[in-house]
Amino acid sequence: MVTSVRGAAKHTIGVLDLQGDVAEHLDHLERLGIAAIRVKESSDLAHLAGLIIPGGESTCLARLLDIFGIKDCILHEFQRGLKLWGTCAGAILLAGKVVGEETFLPLIDIEIQRNAFGSQLDSFVSEALIPPVAQDPMPLTFIRAPKITRVGEGVDVLLRHDGYIAAAESPDVLVTVFHPELTPSLAFHRYFALKCGLTPSMEEEFPLIDSMWNSRSWTRYTRLGF
Amino acid sequence: MDKKRYELNVQLAQMLKGGVIMDVVSVEHAKIAEEAGAVAVMALERVPSDIRKEGGVARMSDPELIAQIKETVSIPVMAKARIGHFVEAQILEVLKIDYIDESEVLTPADEECHIDKTRFAIPFVCGARNLGEALRRISEGAAMIRTKGEAGTGNVVEAVRHIRTVNREIRQLINMPVEEVTPFAKANGFSHELALQVRALGRLPVVNFAAGGIATPADAALMMQLGCDGVFVGSGIFKSEDPAKRARAIVKATAYYNDPAKVLEASMGLGSAMPGIEISDIPETQILAKRGW
Repeated sequence: MVTSVRGAAKHTIGVLDLQGDVAEHLDHLERLGIAAIRVKESSDLAHLAGLIIPGGESTCLARLLDIFGIKDCILHEFQRGLKLWGTCAGAILLAGKVVGEETFLPLIDIEIQRNAFGSQLDSFVSEALIPPVAQDPMPLTFIRAPKITRVGEGVDVLLRHDGYIAAAESPDVLVTVFHPELTPSLAFHRYFALKCGLTPSMEEEFPLIDSMWNSRSWTRYTRLGF
Repeated sequence: MDKKRYELNVQLAQMLKGGVIMDVVSVEHAKIAEEAGAVAVMALERVPSDIRKEGGVARMSDPELIAQIKETVSIPVMAKARIGHFVEAQILEVLKIDYIDESEVLTPADEECHIDKTRFAIPFVCGARNLGEALRRISEGAAMIRTKGEAGTGNVVEAVRHIRTVNREIRQLINMPVEEVTPFAKANGFSHELALQVRALGRLPVVNFAAGGIATPADAALMMQLGCDGVFVGSGIFKSEDPAKRARAIVKATAYYNDPAKVLEASMGLGSAMPGIEISDIPETQILAKRGW
């Protein structure tokens, strides 16, 4: 599959590779035929159209982003047009306000509450229709998820679920408190790619539920080396 | 546990990949661990090196302490139940911690049966010395595996032995003709179905962490380069000279395990590590890794 480029020459999406479910995002991007790289150093951020901050633990990610100056580099690239998508922990890092905690990269005007559902026993799966993203309902996976409790001006709510906000976006930042990368749905990755100015080819006929995906697809990035 | 719940539990472990899970015995420790960038804490009354020193029967920790630690941090909280002690596990489930470690560090409650983990909604992580142990625990419902290593020694040699054994057996499984899978699975005591899955995936079907004897940033990076998905550090942090600094350093070395310059940087000026124990100096009956089967 070929990825065509609209406008600028940036056609790659990075996945922040410090901790968390990196392989799962890389797998989804690859299924859409989008060029994807792991971002481990500041220098990896050059020439990216977008950056995904994956699920993981936000305090761990925050600490690691600080140590080697990647945070400042993200801010710099963001000002030059880098699009951002935070899933779960990533959404917490990008929030303009975090209930009871300090903010980290406050690049979208939302208020978020960390670990808002309780313990792992309160993690759950659900399903919802998100018309801007896909025509059919998509599966949603919430793992010790945060809740978006308020959005500011210039931020659109993409999904309201049981009275709280589960997905939102500004022109440059997308946040989801659930994990599209843990489901067979490629719709959100495609949506983010479009936001980054990329055009995943075969856009029309490409199935947004990938029947070849399964819950162990991520393991192909961590097969034993010989 | 239905299949959906089991998958959610495997997926929580996926979120921990590339991270460090730290043993803590107090609210203060838990704060230090979270601040340093731990992805989860293991709430305990005594770290393994103290259990080893003090002897006696080691049981599940005081639930009051576990509850306090749970109140203190927003990262996942794990706690240990004795092998086979399904009532300790029931208590931990009602307490709503995030993960139970059915652990050989505690004195086993049952010398024949591990806990039937499929009866629980809460996830379990279990230790393994080889592929057979890992897959038997998965059959029983474990959603995450770790090497046993030899806890409380500050000596990484057993953890290395265990991950190398698992990897060697997986490679054998990948390379053998398919008709040999049946006798291999039979000889090693696991199901043909799981054997075929491991053969297809080229790794364990769930997240696999290193544990038991990791004391330095270099130890953590070693285990990561050997193919572990993350590391547990037990006594290694809070039995060292400067726990906060060492905790941060191990987090850094685990994330950048493939970058020797950064592991070097993480290893500088940490003060002394926990005192280590030669495995051959431990009496046979006190080898923790031999608990469980």
